[in-house]
Amino acid sequence: MNQPAIQPDINGLFGQFGGRFVAETLMPLILELQAEYDTAKDDPEFQRQLAYFQSDYVGRPNPLYFAERLTEHFGGAKIFLKREELNHTGAHKINNCIGQVLLAKRMGKKRIIAETGAGMHGVATATVAARFGLPCVIYMGSTDIERQQPNVFRMKLLGAEVIPVTSGTGTLKDAMNEALRDWVTNVDDTFYIIGTVAGPHPYPAMVRDFQAVIGHETRAQMQEKEGRLPDSLVACIGGGSNAMGLFHPFLNDASVEMIGVEAGGKGVESGQHAASLNGGAPGVLHGNRTYLLQDEDGQIIDAHSISAGLDYPGIGPEHAWLHEQGRVEYVSATDDEALEAFQTCCRLEGIIPALETAHALAEVAKRAPKLPSDHLMVVNLSGRGDKDMMSVAHYLGEKFK
Amino acid sequence: MNPNARLAARFAALKTENRPALVSYVTAGDPDMATSQRILDGLPAAGVDVIELGMPFSDPMADGPAIQKAALRALKEGQTQAKTIEMVRTFREKDTTTPIVLMGYYNPIYRYGVERFLTDAVSAGVDGLIVVDLPPEHDDELCQPAAQHGIDFIRLATPTTDTKRLPKVLGNASGFVYYVSVAGVTGGSAPTPEKLERSVSQLREHTQLPIAVGFGIRTPEQAAIIGRFSDAVVVGSALVDCIENATTPDEAVNGVHNLARALAESVKECREVHEPQVS
Repeated sequence: MNQPAIQPDINGLFGQFGGRFVAETLMPLILELQAEYDTAKDDPEFQRQLAYFQSDYVGRPNPLYFAERLTEHFGGAKIFLKREELNHTGAHKINNCIGQVLLAKRMGKKRIIAETGAGMHGVATATVAARFGLPCVIYMGSTDIERQQPNVFRMKLLGAEVIPVTSGTGTLKDAMNEALRDWVTNVDDTFYIIGTVAGPHPYPAMVRDFQAVIGHETRAQMQEKEGRLPDSLVACIGGGSNAMGLFHPFLNDASVEMIGVEAGGKGVESGQHAASLNGGAPGVLHGNRTYLLQDEDGQIIDAHSISAGLDYPGIGPEHAWLHEQGRVEYVSATDDEALEAFQTCCRLEGIIPALETAHALAEVAKRAPKLPSDHLMVVNLSGRGDKDMMSVAHYLGEKFK
Repeated sequence: MNPNARLAARFAALKTENRPALVSYVTAGDPDMATSQRILDGLPAAGVDVIELGMPFSDPMADGPAIQKAALRALKEGQTQAKTIEMVRTFREKDTTTPIVLMGYYNPIYRYGVERFLTDAVSAGVDGLIVVDLPPEHDDELCQPAAQHGIDFIRLATPTTDTKRLPKVLGNASGFVYYVSVAGVTGGSAPTPEKLERSVSQLREHTQLPIAVGFGIRTPEQAAIIGRFSDAVVVGSALVDCIENATTPDEAVNGVHNLARALAESVKECREVHEPQVS
């Protein structure tokens, strides 16, 4: 297996993926952001601030928890959960938002915008905007607003303006289009906090770096508990930021297997899914080249997933590259499999995972029983499921009526 | 005719007439392919000098509501890249001199295949391309291959493009330069003419190419003012609105052509008639 070199290159390319496919109006801004990020990365003061907020505000490090009951239940691999759901705001999203808002302050930006799907990134963005006293506008698809009401209310409480997006199917991709339109109109004063490892360079690399704290902690914690590296890492993937955060610090450790789990919706063969790698083709959208759900004519096809956070027709470009390199294995879990795993985790561990996270747990259910008891498997418990209560109740209610 | 020649010939002719070009934008296949073909075919007679034909895309990030809706209408009626190229071919059976520039986003071209697209576009009679999400940093994707096929790659310069960056933006530009009058999406409001005139004259210091101004120009009056200091005036959303507001295909065709005619008359006279009044 090839060991990946440091990526991306100076043009923001991971192999053929990534890049800066944006309108000219945004180019100068993106180049400025890149320069600012390059400086901040090596600035001890920026790193000190970041570390301070990660610990005292977000609550890091969060535990690497040995899931004894899940391990017993599956009767194979020793399962550990990286408890990102214990972060402030209940998901991994805030790791990135803290980093970007510090950058926004550094650049003297006066206004924050973001897109959101499930609302977790929107809540995390609204949270840091409140903390740093910046006005905040969140674009959210009208379909998602419907199915994620509690998060909409949370954002409003935090002082953000939530703008419903009705174009397309009113989901994450449409929210991102609208956020980009806002950005291009308000280039001078606005900072766009992208929530995942996608978008034009430097976002995929920058968001990855802010999320890599997950993998770095996991590495140290596993060393402390078991005296060695984990054997496999499992994470769900929409855009892919929680997975990239966990995987990246281990990419050069050939012994560590990595499995990314896409949202299979009603099954990849049904056409109603959000599995860009398993059911898409390379294309260019939202500033980067990556795998996309699209038709023969290059028109983007709407994704489908029970989980709003995975309901996106693309994937971060670095994942597309790792897929082609064969370094990470990308599989999918259906809505039904995710729902099943969701309930198993609730009942056995007393942890209500996000529906997104439940996709990773569904893969654990398939894989763990076949592995030996000395196999150390880490699952990124990327978010808590409180926001999903209504959709799950609705879904189970219908099923068991 | 060599495609490169059509744009150059048109701008050269307009220069001798001392008048700016009227550049019109409509989306191919809006509201359906047959009506769209009628709209396209009638534009030269209505006085349009250069035609921009939009290639509809599901996710037009740089467009405002009017052109977003136009793209969705066209896609719903089954418009494809192949059909858009076919429309140009049909147009060329009757008109061999009016330049046509295809405008849109990269993904439908990428998916179609860059070489195949350029070959088909040249054979149909396409003269230039405007691809919003391909900045000069990605010139190897389409700009350079297009040049090899003799197709002009029209560059967008914007209010955020500073003088340091301009040489990069203009480096491989050909055909004309499209100055985006405001930072924003299509169909928004235009800035003051004074500010625009300054921007255009700054841009002129860096390029010999004709300069077109677009975004936010809706009326014959606006077009006339901007036509006094630019080489071309681009009108898009206002024409597309005529299609949106029409209740029949005939109404859509007439609506677009009537507005184009009014814009063309205004643009044609703008320098002579109003010159004495400019202080």
